[in-house]
Amino acid sequence: MAAVTEAPAPPAPTTPATKPPRRRGRFTPYWLLLPGILWLLVFFALPMIYQGSTSVQTGSLEQGYKVTWHFATYWDALSTYWPQFLRSVLYAAAATLLCLVLGYPLAYLIAFRAGRWRNLVMILVIAPFFTSFLIRTLAWKTILADNGPVVGALNTLHVLDVTNWLGWTAGDRVLATPLAVVCGLTYNFLPFMILPLYTSLERIDGRLHEAAGDLYATPFTTFRKVTFPLSMPGVVSGTLLTFIPAAGDYVNADLLGSTDTRMVGNVIQTQFLRILDYPTAAALSFILMAAILAMVTFYIRRSGTEDLV
Amino acid sequence: MTTDNSGDVRLSGIGKTYGSFTAVHPLDLTVPQGSFFALLGASGCGKTTTLRMIAGLEEPSSGTVHLGDQDVTRLPPYKRPVNTVFQSYALFPHLDIFENVAFGLRRRGIKSVKKQVEDMLDLVQLGEQARKKPHQLSGGQQQRVAVARALINHPKVLLLDEPLGALDLKLRRQMQLELKRIQTEVGITFIHVTHDQEEAMTMADTVAVMNAGRVEQLGSPTDLYENPQTTFVANFLGTSNLIEAEVDSRSGDRISLKAGGGKLTLPEARCSASATAGGKILVGVRPEKISLTHADDAGDIPEGRNRISGRIADSSFIGVSTQYVVDSPVCPEFEVYAQNIDRDPRLVPGAEVVLHWNPAHTFGLDAAQDIDAGVETVQPEEGVAA
Amino acid sequence: MGFVNWFKRHLVVLAGLVTLGYLLLPNIVVTVFSFNKPKGRFNYEWQQFSLDAWKDPCGVADMCGSLSVSLQIAVWATIGATVLGTMIAFALVRYRFRARGAVNSLIFLPMAMPEVVMAASLLTLFLNMGAQLGFWTILIAHIMFCLSFVVTAVKARVMSMDPRLEQAAQDLYAGPLQTFLRVTLPIAAPGIAAGALLAFALSFDDFIITNFNAGSTVTFPMFVWGSAQRGTPVQINVIGTTMFVLAVLFVLLSMAVGNRRNRRKA
Repeated sequence: MAAVTEAPAPPAPTTPATKPPRRRGRFTPYWLLLPGILWLLVFFALPMIYQGSTSVQTGSLEQGYKVTWHFATYWDALSTYWPQFLRSVLYAAAATLLCLVLGYPLAYLIAFRAGRWRNLVMILVIAPFFTSFLIRTLAWKTILADNGPVVGALNTLHVLDVTNWLGWTAGDRVLATPLAVVCGLTYNFLPFMILPLYTSLERIDGRLHEAAGDLYATPFTTFRKVTFPLSMPGVVSGTLLTFIPAAGDYVNADLLGSTDTRMVGNVIQTQFLRILDYPTAAALSFILMAAILAMVTFYIRRSGTEDLV
Repeated sequence: MTTDNSGDVRLSGIGKTYGSFTAVHPLDLTVPQGSFFALLGASGCGKTTTLRMIAGLEEPSSGTVHLGDQDVTRLPPYKRPVNTVFQSYALFPHLDIFENVAFGLRRRGIKSVKKQVEDMLDLVQLGEQARKKPHQLSGGQQQRVAVARALINHPKVLLLDEPLGALDLKLRRQMQLELKRIQTEVGITFIHVTHDQEEAMTMADTVAVMNAGRVEQLGSPTDLYENPQTTFVANFLGTSNLIEAEVDSRSGDRISLKAGGGKLTLPEARCSASATAGGKILVGVRPEKISLTHADDAGDIPEGRNRISGRIADSSFIGVSTQYVVDSPVCPEFEVYAQNIDRDPRLVPGAEVVLHWNPAHTFGLDAAQDIDAGVETVQPEEGVAA
Repeated sequence: MGFVNWFKRHLVVLAGLVTLGYLLLPNIVVTVFSFNKPKGRFNYEWQQFSLDAWKDPCGVADMCGSLSVSLQIAVWATIGATVLGTMIAFALVRYRFRARGAVNSLIFLPMAMPEVVMAASLLTLFLNMGAQLGFWTILIAHIMFCLSFVVTAVKARVMSMDPRLEQAAQDLYAGPLQTFLRVTLPIAAPGIAAGALLAFALSFDDFIITNFNAGSTVTFPMFVWGSAQRGTPVQINVIGTTMFVLAVLFVLLSMAVGNRRNRRKA
């Protein structure tokens, strides 16, 4: 480099010193990328391939597995475990919807109404992250306990009669029912909804609200026609960030649910770690991945925010 | 009667305080139907707050707002027959131009908007751009969309908040004429907030000059310019030379004054301060009213003119005129603009000169004011940003 | 009438506060129950006030050991993911190269993948390679899933940085290394710090991936999971409460420092 900076002595036409100093940096991006990308290739991409191969193997733990292109495993897995798949999608969808309904007002509050309390509210949203989520999920066992105040209140208000009838709860209790699982999922992934919503709401120019008001839009119409459409990027990424992990979760179903609320994550975990039926587990995991990728792609296309990712 | 004044804007005792800070001191103001009214002042003088109180975007701390005979003080913005052209326009980025313009009509439940929107877009010469999004348009085009979006609702009053602030100088001139044309065409009341005195003077029939939350003076542009009543108005609108003088005597409708060693005359009608013999007042004269004569030719100056002697400190050639800065005993930096008709080659820095002008062009102000109020310095907010 | 209007006007605020309550209720329960003296093995029902657990936080077998394992893994995973992620982020923002789209997808996919899928597939890999499950396999997994988050955080910061600043540094006689150390790195630091903090939190709190790839090693989340089956000691709540308080204090402190720095600049 030093040679280049010293340069302009009298212009000597004989030396073709036109090589750009950048030349040395031509491979820099590859060196920068190499370790991290290698890590992801070996520990993220390669395992996917291994898993794909495992899913079409047959054999037993004692005699070892061989690739036999046994695609029937997929069919068997689906026909046996379709209720768990269905439950995963339904619970995750319900939790995502609840997150949106609950999270939107809070994100709106932080973005437009919190004033000098904004930072404090923001901290209160993020801080629970730092307590192990398992401990916090266990706390819901206390909150939703059969003889606790919440269940008592729901009983008095005859809410449980309605949810019993809908099949969301059973026998005057909330714990060990779908309602408890959805409640836990909603709680666990709520910040993932609030933060993207807040980011996109905060970007909206406040004068647009004033302009809408000036042009005869009531506050509600202003929200419907201006605020909500402009917050769509946040809604899309928030729902994705909530739905994906919720669909694969098994902690809430295990801690707050019962055997009747098992989700596909529970099945994968049991197959892999207890029953040690690797092909079935791998096939289930592959189906889950494919289903989610398909849904995400479809969803992003539909909502027209491809530039989001 | 009601049809005549339904576009009048009447502010009575309207004021706004934020905690202990008073943005607008209670003020009374009437803007008659069909006029082009400008609120002029430096940033932070309360002009935008006043406008926002008329729009309903800010709740006044005191006083009332009337449109015609209707008290609208408590009405939310979406119930007021008033529309605003916002500073930097606030166009909805997710809607195209057509939908932006149709927004207000649709909110009021009007179903067939196509014809109206197209006509309005033609009026602002944007018929071709209807299906573009705001960010695809230039600044001037966005500005016209903002005007169209407000005007299509046939408001009783159109409020414009620094509507040309984001445009470059040339485009601004063009849009000034354009806005004036539209106003004459539609005939509704325009209230225009600006910090640009030239803009206010070219466009408005009536200008209210605001300073520190108060209206300093209200009148036609000529009236404000020729007959300022405070130092702030004198300095903020154009340039004024202000001289401290002592009242010598009064005879008829003329006041004789002593300044430095010389004598000056001021018509009583043009003095906004009480002039008692021996009292002090500030005497002002605009730079372009003054003639400059070389000291050697002082004898040729006609009798009866106010005169002051001095020495040229600096001169700059502008083309249509030459601007001189003259040092004189009564005023250290006297500004003189001379038309370049016959240039006297002796008028160069260092030359001894006599400044003289028709006494009818002199105005008198209360001496108990800051003589430099309203002198344009670096804008404080720009100073912070830089 | 007045009340109805007030209610309408503040509906959003009220709804937001309800959500905030929903978010914080479990933390309040965790804190309150850290002062409980339960009768049975499970700490789910309030019995009586006691400071026992606070006086003896490590009184439960293996709990503090698992906490230390978790902390070690989190620290190393944070360092690894931050270094690798920052390098990728710089490459992505500052250089043009082939296969850019592929790299971007490879970064995005781990964030769009349910944890259980990554956990299961990684376990297949380790089983196939015959790797010994434990500390190292956990660390590898954690660096893998933290990496994408660091890249995203750092990228956002570096993208908003004016490239002319670096040109100015070079114009003022700073060589490439000097430019990087004295200009680029300090400006990118907040993004890197945010990425590192996120990586630490993600790693420390991870359960699903760890559970698949831990072998017989026990991290703190795994200890909690196990105790949910066998019996929950009050000490868990003590740790949870302490973590929450420390986190809030840390954020408040960093905000105070930031404010003071801003004020000094102004």
